[in-house]
Amino acid sequence: MSLAKRIIPCLDVDDGRVVKGVQFVDIRDAGDPVEVAKRYDQQGADEITFLDITATAHDRNTTVHMVEQVASQVFIPLTVGGGIRSVEDIRTMLNAGADKVAINSAAIFNPAFVKEACDAFGSQCIVVAIDAKKVSQPDEDNKWEIFTHGGRKETGIDAVDWSRRMACLGAGELLVTSMDRDGTKIGFDLELTRAISDTVSIPVIASGGVGELSHLAKGITEGHAEAVLAASIFHFGEHTVEEAKLAMQKEGIEVRL
Amino acid sequence: MDQKLVAVIDYGMGNLRSVSKAAEHMAPDNTRILVTHNPDEIADADAVIFPGQGAAKACMGALQETGMIHPVIQAAQEKPFLGICMGLQVLMSHSDENQGIKCLDVIPGNVKHFEFEENSALKTPHMGWNQIHQTQEHPLWHNISQDSRFYFVHSYYVQPENSGIITGQTTHGTTFPSVLSHNNLFAIQAHPEKSADNGLQLFKNFLQWNGQ
Repeated sequence: MSLAKRIIPCLDVDDGRVVKGVQFVDIRDAGDPVEVAKRYDQQGADEITFLDITATAHDRNTTVHMVEQVASQVFIPLTVGGGIRSVEDIRTMLNAGADKVAINSAAIFNPAFVKEACDAFGSQCIVVAIDAKKVSQPDEDNKWEIFTHGGRKETGIDAVDWSRRMACLGAGELLVTSMDRDGTKIGFDLELTRAISDTVSIPVIASGGVGELSHLAKGITEGHAEAVLAASIFHFGEHTVEEAKLAMQKEGIEVRL
Repeated sequence: MDQKLVAVIDYGMGNLRSVSKAAEHMAPDNTRILVTHNPDEIADADAVIFPGQGAAKACMGALQETGMIHPVIQAAQEKPFLGICMGLQVLMSHSDENQGIKCLDVIPGNVKHFEFEENSALKTPHMGWNQIHQTQEHPLWHNISQDSRFYFVHSYYVQPENSGIITGQTTHGTTFPSVLSHNNLFAIQAHPEKSADNGLQLFKNFLQWNGQ
């Protein structure tokens, strides 16, 4: 008996609505974050992550309201990422009912912000999101760098070094997304996940590339992640979270059922 | 029927909203959940929930600043009292966090950091769903199965001097006390407000508990 490995469905949110086709046969409004979150909760999701893709301040207020709605009806940990740039942004999300926030580009522009955030709210609610791409050639040692702007803009920062630095600044958890794999459905970049997970002593969430259930277990057994995040395989009704957990359990992984 | 007042202690930190929402979700009609930092309201309340997050030093500092130290200690000794996470840890005499800090001393004992081998696969914080092994019967375990999973997130754990008050334990590398209870007090390292049905059941049990 010990800590279960986690499965985290991830939802994109625009103007307080879930976007990118969530399909459940029997829910009335697939854009309603409360209905979608409840459904994932019922399926046994260990946490839910909302990624706010809205651009305007007005839309962001709608997101805050959405978090309030979800948090008053769904009692599992909620993480909100996207557009978190200041201590005030974090406070707003936590007060709305989020349990953690994911900081991405703001950490790159100002690493001290991560420390400031952890000092203010505690490491337990600060997730640093790391978007990495492989930059080494096949005949070279593996090397990944941090990219911003959805993988379009390179920063020249080594992903493993960066992970170590974020952990030192107090991050409670790292959400590691392979930008090479994101959307490909061919599985996680397990070498990337493992390189980071073996470097830091804080939990790592593997993300990017899940296309079938077997990919999830590999993130744990081969990527050494503590948790796995996926979007499309759950949204389109291909698999439930429960099926995913049973598949992981078959591989000898401890899960919460 | 008389109205029952349950105070959720607000010392300006942590995510109170999750705790008050979960309590409201399970509260019977005659029960009002009040988030407050007013010592009089805490003194008047029939039961008290003491949530907590973040670091021990910041928590103790915030309690000091808001004048809550005495009301919290008093409530912990007198009425049904539910401590959660940091709301368990600061009840102890001392914590090793932040280079060592004196805490509320309601429960004699220390709070210490998880220590793992250099190459251990075990991570700190201990974050996620782990089992609580119920080591004593308690009214707050009503309808919660043995070894149920709750959501944890913490890097320190309590070590009470009196092992007789350990009411639940959990294993993460080491087996540590995850629930303590004594008379009217029940304090849990996990977050029942984030532990789905098991956590909601714990709130339900607490809201119905007379502290005995």
